[in-house]
Amino acid sequence: MNPQPLPHDLPLQLPLPEGLVKHLLVLLFLIHILFVNFMLGGQSLAVILEIIGLRRKKYDRLAYEISSTVTVSKSLAVVLGVAPLLAINVAYTTYFYSSTVLIGFAWLMIIIMASAAFLLTYLHKYTWESWGGSQRALHLTVGAAAMVLFLAVAMVFITNINLMVLPAYWPRVAGFLSAVLLPSALLRYFHFILATLAISALFAAGWFGRKGYDLARLPDFTRTEVIALFLRIAFIVTLLQFVIGPSLLLSLPVHGHSLAVWLLLLTGATIAGVMAWIIYRELGRAPAVLGRSYLVMLTLLTFTALFMAYGRHYYRERAVNPHRQAMMAKTEAFMWDAKAAQTRARMGMTREVYKSSGEKEFKANCAACHAENTTIVGPPLTEVRGLYAGNPQNLIAWARAPQVKRGGAPMPSFNHLPEKVLQEIATWILEGK
Amino acid sequence: MDFPIFHLDFIGNRMLIAITAIVHVIINHPMAVGAIPMATLLEWIAHRKKWSALDDLAYKITFVFFVITTSLGAMTGVGIWFTTALVNPDAIGSLIRVFFWAWFSEWVVFFLEVVFIMIYFLTWKPWSGEKKRLHLGVGLFLSIFSWLTMAVITGILGFMMNTGKWVPFSYEWVPESSMFTAFFNPLYLPQLIFRTAVAFLGAGLFFLFLIPFFKKLTAEVRGRAVRPISLWVLAWLPVAIAGAIFYWQRIPVYMQANAPVALATQDFTRWYQTILWFLLGMAAIVPLAALWGVVKPKRLPAAALVIPFIAVATLLGTFERLREFVRKPWVIQGYLYANGLRAQDYPLFKEEGVLSRATWVRHHQVTEENKLEAGGELFMLTCSRCHTVGGVNSVRTRFQKLFPVQKWDEEQLAAYISTMHNIRIFMPPFPGSDAELKALSAWLAANQHYAMRAEGGQTALLPSAPVLK
Ligand code: HEC
Ligand code: HEC
Repeated sequence: MNPQPLPHDLPLQLPLPEGLVKHLLVLLFLIHILFVNFMLGGQSLAVILEIIGLRRKKYDRLAYEISSTVTVSKSLAVVLGVAPLLAINVAYTTYFYSSTVLIGFAWLMIIIMASAAFLLTYLHKYTWESWGGSQRALHLTVGAAAMVLFLAVAMVFITNINLMVLPAYWPRVAGFLSAVLLPSALLRYFHFILATLAISALFAAGWFGRKGYDLARLPDFTRTEVIALFLRIAFIVTLLQFVIGPSLLLSLPVHGHSLAVWLLLLTGATIAGVMAWIIYRELGRAPAVLGRSYLVMLTLLTFTALFMAYGRHYYRERAVNPHRQAMMAKTEAFMWDAKAAQTRARMGMTREVYKSSGEKEFKANCAACHAENTTIVGPPLTEVRGLYAGNPQNLIAWARAPQVKRGGAPMPSFNHLPEKVLQEIATWILEGK
Repeated sequence: MDFPIFHLDFIGNRMLIAITAIVHVIINHPMAVGAIPMATLLEWIAHRKKWSALDDLAYKITFVFFVITTSLGAMTGVGIWFTTALVNPDAIGSLIRVFFWAWFSEWVVFFLEVVFIMIYFLTWKPWSGEKKRLHLGVGLFLSIFSWLTMAVITGILGFMMNTGKWVPFSYEWVPESSMFTAFFNPLYLPQLIFRTAVAFLGAGLFFLFLIPFFKKLTAEVRGRAVRPISLWVLAWLPVAIAGAIFYWQRIPVYMQANAPVALATQDFTRWYQTILWFLLGMAAIVPLAALWGVVKPKRLPAAALVIPFIAVATLLGTFERLREFVRKPWVIQGYLYANGLRAQDYPLFKEEGVLSRATWVRHHQVTEENKLEAGGELFMLTCSRCHTVGGVNSVRTRFQKLFPVQKWDEEQLAAYISTMHNIRIFMPPFPGSDAELKALSAWLAANQHYAMRAEGGQTALLPSAPVLK
């Protein structure tokens, strides 16, 4: 294996048991990512349907209906992201921060890209009616820009999460692009994008197909038509996932693989397969009963997500564990050494000998700029004695409020020093004791 | 020392955090924390007096705030975490370990706040007539939530400046290491009072600022809006002033001494008084405009609405900048220096050097051959969180001011650096061994005539030692 940089951990206890914070991370992250899916998938579907809607008006209405859920999803996605961010900071402190710095510029861009995307989604939604006719192209551009920004933000996050568990690759990374090209980063990204589309399409099938939804908002659509449209999207995308998924699994660097990881991921994939088959069968049913197995699909999807999330988690754990153990040992040794050095320092083993505390304070505060015979930054002490002999009070007054006299660099004020210290310094300068 | 070092050699790392934090505070205090109670108050007045135009105005202004706070406000809030993770991972990592549960509770409140703000906003029009009172209730509820998020973060910000009785719990657990000791630090209460008052008052001014943009308003409706808002501003002003005084008194004395440099930078400390008067003058405009608004609400000119708004935005920005600065040399007072190194580890570094214990460096021991390169790495480790080489607060310019004519030499710079923390109390002591001090000084001296390259971990290829094989 490649040599891996080995830092120390932060020497502060974890605020909660390590196992707990990791389960919190997996579960809270799943909820966060659900709304990210609605946001990113929703925006993408809205843009695609708006394009189709240029020719066929009814799709434009559908696009609008989706777009008006995006601004809500995005607010929830942000808030729900805070908790897993906290948890990952605690559970993987050194890993997360190291990889974050390595892709620093891209990481900073997230703030700008996401803020811009959010404002654009509002613009997209609230100008839907007013920007018609010749402004339609502009309107579409706004929506597409938001979509592209969302896609880019996702890319940065995934690259970071991928880099985080690969300390062996850290020394090779110089800039974001080199991190994108590491094993598995791009495949992870495509896997995620497909999942996003599948999940938001499935969500849309339920959202617009539910009994309480007022179909008058979608003229020319029947309920079954809407459900079938979104189920079809979910089905096709899920099939594609069976190409990307295995490629991803094989591309993951080998040090994180284990039987448990494979079992979890394959079980997840199997459940997804069952779900795809149910969707397929459902699509062949009579319109009147279309959507009847919706709850079954959702349940299967939830289990797929859980299995995948835990598979990913155990991959990560296995990948970093040896490194983490070495890091903990190193941290402990460091703390031991630091404590010993503290004790030595406290026992005064390194203390220098001064004639008086005036000399000590002078060395600490003034010696950087004043020497006995030569000019460093300020005038030499011989000159100072000429000016202030027998007059310590004025010297102290100067030190509290120095002026610009000689026209070079100004002397800083020492008003923060206690009177006693200044007196000792003055005595040392003027009388040498 | 344990993380690759992110470095921006042009604007500097401090500036990055400062910009994000200031934008966030200017947006969030008035527009999220203060605006909801303000809007609810106006809505309530409109409901009682049956002034539907006023209700409509309050709705429209809230809409503007809603869009800004849920996009820019939310992202700059997350942005503070993002930028601190880059600039000082030791600091934010340690803070999260101490305050995990505080932040977690804040998150729960924040989540409810976002849910309620969407309910509040989306039901404003549908819930009219009978249901209006329910809507007012939501507003009140939401006001409490958004204030609570601020009440939590204030504890953490105060802790960075004054840790009070808190002790780190790395070696053994002691009662003083609990999160509550850390949270209810001496600065908590004064800062909370101050921030609350400023957020509420600022919201009033932001409302006033937006009113002239609604061109279709009649003078009557304008007057109906301006008077209660002005009264509201006047009511919070004394609280803000009292909070500010209380707060200032609780800041550790040596940190107060940083204020002139914080406000004016070293080169302009002579202007400190002038700047203070200027800020006070700006602050004085606020009550004047508000008084006018109470007495002659319909006549209040647009300019009188704009200037107090700018004043409060400037004051809030200045306040945040000051707060960020005066805590120096610490990020966590008494525990962690701004350079990301812990005070408790200094004796070890003094004996052995920082390089020998650092992860992301090429050289672990200073030798004659690697002296300059090691010096550059020491600059990155110990100075680069606050200084650049060629940009803002450049270490070269700083030394040029100190030693303008003579040739810089190692001894001279070393003498300065070894005691600089006593002279410039906002700087942490240099942590390394004597050999490292010389290496740093040699590298700095080599910078006298042209700036050496300072590249951060986000672009540089970093070495791989020390390693796990
Ligand atoms: C950062 C460099 C620096 C430090 C540290 C410093 N000084 Fe000075 N000092 C100067 C400079 C520069 C001048 C000349 C100022 C001028 O004349 O414009 C000066 C001038 C003086 C003078 C001469 C005043 C006169 O009337 O001409 C005295 C006395 C003095 N310093 C005392 C002190 C004492 C006491 C300390 C420590 C507490 C101290 N200085 C620390 C830079 C420094
Ligand atoms: C906590 C942040 C911080 C760190 C770390 C830091 N400095 Fe500074 N330093 C400052 C600030 C702030 C100033 C004053 C800038 C101003 O005038 O606004 C300053 C000023 C200086 C000056 C000019 C001082 C004078 O007397 O005029 C020098 C020289 C300097 N720093 C060198 C260093 C060196 C070398 C290091 C690393 C060993 C270092 N600093 C680390 C914040 C820091």
